[in-house]
Amino acid sequence: MATLKAIRKRIVSIRNTQQITKAMKMVSAAKLRRAQEAVVQARPYAEKVAALLKNLSARVAQEAHPLLMQREEKRVDLWLLTADRGLCGGYNANLIRAAEGFLRVHGREKEIQLAVVGRKGVDYFRRRRVEMIARYPNAWSRSMGELAAEIAEQMIGRFVRGETDGAYILYSRFRSALSQVPTLEKLVPAATAAEQREELPVEYLFEPDVRTLLASLLPKVVEVGIYRALLEAVASEHGARMTAMDSATTNAADMISSLTLQMNRARQASITRELMEIVSTAEALK
Amino acid sequence: MADKIGLRLVTPSRLLLDEEVDEVAAPGALGQFGVLPNHISFLTLLEAGEMSYKQGSRSYRLAVSGGYAEVLDNIMTVLADTAEYAEEIDLERARSAREKAESKMAELGPEHEEFPAAEAALRRAVVRLEVAGKRANR
Repeated sequence: MATLKAIRKRIVSIRNTQQITKAMKMVSAAKLRRAQEAVVQARPYAEKVAALLKNLSARVAQEAHPLLMQREEKRVDLWLLTADRGLCGGYNANLIRAAEGFLRVHGREKEIQLAVVGRKGVDYFRRRRVEMIARYPNAWSRSMGELAAEIAEQMIGRFVRGETDGAYILYSRFRSALSQVPTLEKLVPAATAAEQREELPVEYLFEPDVRTLLASLLPKVVEVGIYRALLEAVASEHGARMTAMDSATTNAADMISSLTLQMNRARQASITRELMEIVSTAEALK
Repeated sequence: MADKIGLRLVTPSRLLLDEEVDEVAAPGALGQFGVLPNHISFLTLLEAGEMSYKQGSRSYRLAVSGGYAEVLDNIMTVLADTAEYAEEIDLERARSAREKAESKMAELGPEHEEFPAAEAALRRAVVRLEVAGKRANR
């Protein structure tokens, strides 16, 4: 049976933990707001770039640029975005499970190379001695724009050099603070919409010319796709952490109240015992 | 016939502007060009340079560092890698970027594969300084 002192000590310790989880929740809430704002702000650019690509790629054959070439997928790259830090509920575990699922399902008929962003994923696959073509263990403290550019360069380089036939990105899409969904997207080769050939406006001037524009736009599209995935992942991570810390705070409160009850019972019991001792001593002295 | 043209200025991180304006000038791949209302449909690469637009009697100037511009249905969309109003430019930062790019170019020599990147960085810094410099003279 726990002594009064031991229970009191536990309550103090849980209260300290609760203060930490509460603070983390508030920090995550503030960061989440900023991250969500960034996602919304990045949308117009991404949409417009995608529209331009559609317009341009419909005017050329797929041989016009290496990034438009659709090859049979014998070897593919999987880029996984996990967080650098834990304490965010099932966020990392869900992503890693999704990646393992992808490896299991497609690993038999294709050769899959893994690239991992975020310390948690890197540690996981390193412990299992899985080879990685790229590792970014401290990704999220960097500027997202620079990181996206760097990843895009590698992704495109590998495809153009023929080291891979396609690149996928697996990240957590932000639905709400309560719901983040691991999502798989194909970024390379860039998807085309050649079926819309008829609807093109006739009078359209291109400077310098379609091919040059396309050559500049295609890598940009990949980069924008990565950038968007990074922003979604940031928002998801903060959302997941906020939810996890919120329930941790609630759990701590529950524990404190049940321990307080126990403590009061123990105190009552000791008072009763003391009283009985006094009474029985007085009785004996009579 | 519309007497104004819609101008949307977008960068990867934000939507900078979405308004009706009277005239726009931007640094295209084949040189500076101007766009007035009812311009023909048009798509061009942008170089690093100065972009400006007029709204009524006021004119605004920005430094952009490459991107795309499209005119379609009397709306001009500028997709810039970065864009800053002359008033927003950080002179200190632009100056140190220029120095850094210059010393890097000197160090690498024109044959090096990173030379074009350093040159582009220099051009962006110079454009920023030019656009910001005009502000100071006004």
